[in-house]
Amino acid sequence: MTLIDYLSSLLLLVGAIFFLAGTLGLLRFPDVYTRLHALTKADNVGLGLIITGLALQSESLAGAGKLVLIWLLVILAGSTTANLIAKEALRRGVRVWKQ
Amino acid sequence: MQTLYLTLAVFLLLNLAAGMWRVLRGPTTADRMLATQLFGTTAVAILLLLAEAGIYNALRDVALVFALLAGVTAVAFVRCAWPEREAEHDTD
Repeated sequence: MTLIDYLSSLLLLVGAIFFLAGTLGLLRFPDVYTRLHALTKADNVGLGLIITGLALQSESLAGAGKLVLIWLLVILAGSTTANLIAKEALRRGVRVWKQ
Repeated sequence: MQTLYLTLAVFLLLNLAAGMWRVLRGPTTADRMLATQLFGTTAVAILLLLAEAGIYNALRDVALVFALLAGVTAVAFVRCAWPEREAEHDTD
């Protein structure tokens, strides 16, 4: 294994841990807003780290570019989702969790 | 490296299965939608890992389509598919 391999393995593992944290948050947090918080971490950071890890392994610049494009699309979708769902939930009176 | 890719893909798949509980449980429709949104992102990661493991290169394009559709589903859900009145137990 080369140095690049070690680096990308590390990034992939940390990314997977973020996905685990996102899933745990989604299962354990008490209301829509806090769950939204857990979800966006997994979306942005988890996938971001996994894509960085894979892009290091990619043999061409075009391949790495495609991976980054996928990441940008997911970030765009994730932020739109978070904003829309949180606003609509507030408007409909879904109660905010207090202790 | 291939072993790591496949192990991580299985690990993410297990995550996805655990997230299924939130889809079944709710309580609000929005919670179910959030869980499916996480499924979409996890699926993208799994597909990319499988493509890198050399299963099938076109899986990267499938991941690209997943990423594209993720935004559309959320907007469609909020604008059209979120029921105006949720069941009584859903609002708490």
